[in-house]
Amino acid sequence: MSNTLLLGTRKGTVIFDRKGSAWQPRPIQHAGIPVCYAACDPRDGTLWASLDHGHWGPKLSRSRDGGATWEDLSSLKYPPGARHIVQYLPTPDFDPQTPSGQPEYRDATVLKIWTLAFGAASQPGRLYAGTIPGGLFVSDDGGDSWELNRPLWSHDSRGGDLFSGDATSETLWGGTPASVDYGVFEPGIHSILVDPRDPAHIHVAVSSAGVLESTDGGQSWAGRNRGMLNDYLPDPNAEWGHDPHFITACPAKPDHLWQQNHCGVFYSADGAQSWSKVSAPDNSVHFGFPVAVDARDGGTAWVIPARSDMARMAIGDGLCVARTENGGQSWQLFRTGLPQDNAYDLVLRHGMDIAGDCLCFGTTTGNIYLSEDRGETWQSLGHNFPPVYSVRFG
Amino acid sequence: MVRVELTPHLYRFFPVLETLQIEVPAGSVAEVVRAIDKFAPGFSDYILDERGALRRHVLVSINDSILIDRKTLSDQVADGGTVYIFQALTGG
Repeated sequence: MSNTLLLGTRKGTVIFDRKGSAWQPRPIQHAGIPVCYAACDPRDGTLWASLDHGHWGPKLSRSRDGGATWEDLSSLKYPPGARHIVQYLPTPDFDPQTPSGQPEYRDATVLKIWTLAFGAASQPGRLYAGTIPGGLFVSDDGGDSWELNRPLWSHDSRGGDLFSGDATSETLWGGTPASVDYGVFEPGIHSILVDPRDPAHIHVAVSSAGVLESTDGGQSWAGRNRGMLNDYLPDPNAEWGHDPHFITACPAKPDHLWQQNHCGVFYSADGAQSWSKVSAPDNSVHFGFPVAVDARDGGTAWVIPARSDMARMAIGDGLCVARTENGGQSWQLFRTGLPQDNAYDLVLRHGMDIAGDCLCFGTTTGNIYLSEDRGETWQSLGHNFPPVYSVRFG
Repeated sequence: MVRVELTPHLYRFFPVLETLQIEVPAGSVAEVVRAIDKFAPGFSDYILDERGALRRHVLVSINDSILIDRKTLSDQVADGGTVYIFQALTGG
């Protein structure tokens, strides 16, 4: 049972402590600074927050004393020579022939440190960070220094090796609206899964490109999007251009992966070698951002249904959580304890987490809900928090 | 020498600068910013990205003229001048 919750919010880091049967928030930390992700390293208890400064550039913040004090780090940077092919926001007046019809290149700079992942117990100090514009960074010294994973940065699907000039100049990775805040339209890595059986086995999900897998510790990567269906592309079965919103894997059965995608909920029981669409639109389960999976049973998962990409809000103005216990063949909706009137909340991709039988989610309207019975009934932890970007048990 | 005036927002991250009268040798704005690093290590990471370009929502002026070269900060600051570093107002 976890006794700590970390929330990344638009106005700082909120930490809850379990005191008996109650969860109590501490005074907000990083006050006034957007925190797009916050999590606890289970290996040594270090707390991490990704600061999304509006002015001063993305920074990581680290606490080695349980949140009493924090140290901000500027160590995550793109190396000289890291370039990417510029994406354009396809607005109605976008002319693909401008300015020259030729690919344009841009020197990479960190726009957002979107997610963090922790290495295996056998890899002390190993951290991963996923960024916009689409770089995976690796640290082996607890975040003091970071290195860009070049095989993924220079993947053929992204135009090849722009470091050396040996590039195809064609990228199949799309931009994410999450980067438009920064005045650009570039891809972002929001999900990083390290296989607990083999830390050299890694999945990442890129918005909006798809899922990639490495079996050699990141030396090579392959797309893992078979079975994905992209409703809005001319070819729904295209290898690239998918828009995973979040992926997660069952800790005890890591070949069971779940994906809440822009185009529905997808499940893989074979390590992402193939995906099956398991949405149930007639039962509300289709669009959304987060997904959680049971720690032991790979076929049990939770999603928080939202209306649609055109109306990113609760269905019927009431919140519900959907659970499947059979790999998505059927879904059960739970509403007890959740508002059923005048609720317009959306839960973002990192906004839900699970620890044992406990689930928690936070919403864009600052409401936080917790369940201690596998999502069947919910209690509120508060209603006036800033918009919530991430929720993670410590 | 060149005087540097900062937005108080930056004192939160570099408290040492709040009590200092910052004076650095004349030169380009890039050189001025790097010189501040000597008083407050890591300062330039808040102002510049990893390419050395001014961050999108940061403004710099030399006396009462806004910096022109945001990419390499090559604008020159003469002896006796003042460099102002402040944030563009955004957000809510």
